[in-house]
Amino acid sequence: MITLTVNDQSYTVDVEPTMPLLWVLRDVLHLTGTKYGCGMAQCGACTVHLNGEAVRSCVTTVARAVNQKVITIEGLSSNNTHPLQRAWAEEDVPQCGYCQSGQIMSAAVLLRENPNPTDQDIDDAMSGNICRCGTYQRIRKAIHRAASLQKEGGVQ
Amino acid sequence: MSSTTYSRRRFLQTGGTLTGGLLVSFFIPASAKRLGEKAASADVLFVPNAYLSITPDNNIKILLSHVEMGQGVWTTLPMLMAEELDCDWDKISVEHAPPGEPYKHTAYGIQITGGSTSTWSEFDRYRNAGATARALLVQAAAQKLNVPVSAIKTEKGFVIAGDKRISYGELAEAASKLPAPTNVTLKDKKDWQYLGKPMRRLDAKAKTNGAAKFGLDVYFPDMLIAVVAHSPVFGGTVKTFDASAAKAVKGVRDVVKIPTGVAVIADHFWAAKKGRDALKIDWDPGAGKSFDTVSQFQEYKKLAGTKGTPAGKAGAVDEAMPKTTKKIQAEYIFPYLAHATMEPMNCTVKVTGNTCEIWTGTQMPGLDQAAAAKILGFKPEQVTLHTQFLGGGFGRRATPGSDFVSEAVQVAKASGKPIKLVWSREDDMRGGYYRPAFLHQVTIGLGNDGLPAAWQHRIVGQSIVAGTPFEGMIKDGIDATSVEGVNDSPYLESIPNYSIELHSPKTPVSVLWWRSVGHTHTAFVMETLIDELATAAGKDPVAYRRSILKSKRHLGVLELAAEKAGWNNPLPAGQFRGIAVHESFGSFVAQVAEISIDKGQLKVHRVVCAVDCGTAINPEGVRAQMESGIIFGLTAVLYGEITLENGQVKQRNFHDYKILRMNEAPLIEVHILESGEKMGGCGEPGTPPIAPAIANAIFAATGKRVRQLPLKPADLKQA
Repeated sequence: MITLTVNDQSYTVDVEPTMPLLWVLRDVLHLTGTKYGCGMAQCGACTVHLNGEAVRSCVTTVARAVNQKVITIEGLSSNNTHPLQRAWAEEDVPQCGYCQSGQIMSAAVLLRENPNPTDQDIDDAMSGNICRCGTYQRIRKAIHRAASLQKEGGVQ
Repeated sequence: MSSTTYSRRRFLQTGGTLTGGLLVSFFIPASAKRLGEKAASADVLFVPNAYLSITPDNNIKILLSHVEMGQGVWTTLPMLMAEELDCDWDKISVEHAPPGEPYKHTAYGIQITGGSTSTWSEFDRYRNAGATARALLVQAAAQKLNVPVSAIKTEKGFVIAGDKRISYGELAEAASKLPAPTNVTLKDKKDWQYLGKPMRRLDAKAKTNGAAKFGLDVYFPDMLIAVVAHSPVFGGTVKTFDASAAKAVKGVRDVVKIPTGVAVIADHFWAAKKGRDALKIDWDPGAGKSFDTVSQFQEYKKLAGTKGTPAGKAGAVDEAMPKTTKKIQAEYIFPYLAHATMEPMNCTVKVTGNTCEIWTGTQMPGLDQAAAAKILGFKPEQVTLHTQFLGGGFGRRATPGSDFVSEAVQVAKASGKPIKLVWSREDDMRGGYYRPAFLHQVTIGLGNDGLPAAWQHRIVGQSIVAGTPFEGMIKDGIDATSVEGVNDSPYLESIPNYSIELHSPKTPVSVLWWRSVGHTHTAFVMETLIDELATAAGKDPVAYRRSILKSKRHLGVLELAAEKAGWNNPLPAGQFRGIAVHESFGSFVAQVAEISIDKGQLKVHRVVCAVDCGTAINPEGVRAQMESGIIFGLTAVLYGEITLENGQVKQRNFHDYKILRMNEAPLIEVHILESGEKMGGCGEPGTPPIAPAIANAIFAATGKRVRQLPLKPADLKQA
């Protein structure tokens, strides 16, 4: 049995310690906001926060999350109030939307570490996340907008 | 929701009874033209179409006959409805329609989302739906208030008569008992309040908090996960297999043989995948085992040296060509391309007694429903299909043979278990249904005026419809999707002698439409050759196009893109630009690409795009689709290539089938030319011009022509 905390809720699951956190979240806990895209840390769709750090849950064993704090897109904010979620809607970012959970979770760590990112900072932080619909330009804009919203007091 | 065809009468009655609100269905003439069939010109079909419901608390639910895969119909179709219904935009909720007669494509006659057709094909139907509902609500209010209809106006979900104000919701029940009007008048364009205005996406919230349900997100108790071991070679079959080690994996529940391979069924994906890894299968690879893409292009080259099936002709090329003194000869090669949607293929199936439920993201729910029914020996109405959000489509989720849906149904049937079939990224990458590989061979003879006097063009590549239920689309031996963009090129008008021929060889590799279909390669060939002709004539590429293009809409976007890009102004040192213009799916797009080449690496700095889609219903959606199409096309220029050796696909995941990333994404400017001409689509037309625009910019930088995609290091070196 493995115990982990996801979005401030404690879960005990009967899985092998080597099972990737992604599949525990999706297929055992049914938190499906975290997406499967590649299974080899190439696309970033599965990005979650492990103790505040962005990790690719498809290559992170559940053993690493034992007694640690995991935040998924479902736990990022209540009712879409995170500045990134607001900015994403205002800049009309999502298209198919499949990659956007991962994009937002990566961007959330960037914004926390660097409240005033430049385009270069954004490119550096976000180039591990693939968007097949090509929403990159809007993601860049939305991150800048979220940075402004955050300054105006939109921080959680 | 079953697929039964409702009569209007029953529809309205049912709506009134079941929901305590208003369900609107209506009849309008729809074209009888079906894919692969001749249009029945004189027949006018009357079919019940899309509908909406209004609840007593004044909420509006809109059902979509088209599916949302990123292109924005979740917002655009409700805009059409809301414009005429005059409802409160914030009270709208949206759902995918089930398979059914009312939701068939107004031009194609089957339920399909594709060909960049959703907005124009629903422009009348959805506006009519809204107008019909509004007329009924107004009529109900007139009766209730005992005032003439002319004394009533509507505003944001309310009927207003003098100082009286009644919500649509309050009138819904009364309205549902009225006969639908036979004629409604649609608003004049100048009175539009939503259409033509940039509207934000209605699915943005669900797509930023994890709530949006894609096919892969379906779950219900007792559901198991299935993965399938497919033959490594296209067309291969299972000879024997040993499942003992697979069954020993913790969490594995069953292993079953199905027509496309061996399925491992488990509690979760991880166990299923481990189980599959433990399978021992002896495959009979079949005839496909000797196929490789290197020899394929050698064969294609030989074929191009022979006469093909005529796809377009004027004058007499054979006579005119020898008389020309200067010739341009070019051979182009385009590889197989995978769609690589972010969400891999998947489908959930639950068979209970004599009914079946399916959850999946699909562009053709009706065909998938029929395919499932056939496998199970059911009638289509025994199969309920719940369309989920599509994590990308690009054509991949519109397989005429319903490949992944059929496979999931086969697993459910063989195992007797409710399952979610999940393809891994590797399964997806190697699963076929690619953009076909193509080769073009072109010889152009120039007249003394520098203009093309003779043009011989041979195209070699697989038909995407041969051997499928859509084979009827092939006319006189020509699959139009193989030659579109060449045999209807606007430049042909200025060429007195031309011959366009097609060879459609068969290979073991399954092929399919891929965002912008034939235009993915034909636009590249035409627009790089026109650039080459301009150079040969010693003319500026824009001026040369201007001199031989007669099409007003091509010229319109050409001029707009050139002007907005500052075509005549110098660029910073080391930067170069190229231009291309192309029509596809009824829309006209020109793009200027600004590039530099540094240490053998291509950098695309900026793309200026001009689009004329007739009327831009949601300009923000149009811009988003142009941006998307450009990035999609740029990915193919830099990276897109599926190769095969010994019948096996070499690429397997995003490390060797790369997708453009943010640090490589150019700035994109989109300018909309609101021509008011016939409406075209926007999902695909942004893709074709970007590759030739970049290739033309590379020529400006290096003096070398690009003849093959994706780019090779040699393409970026100086001539």
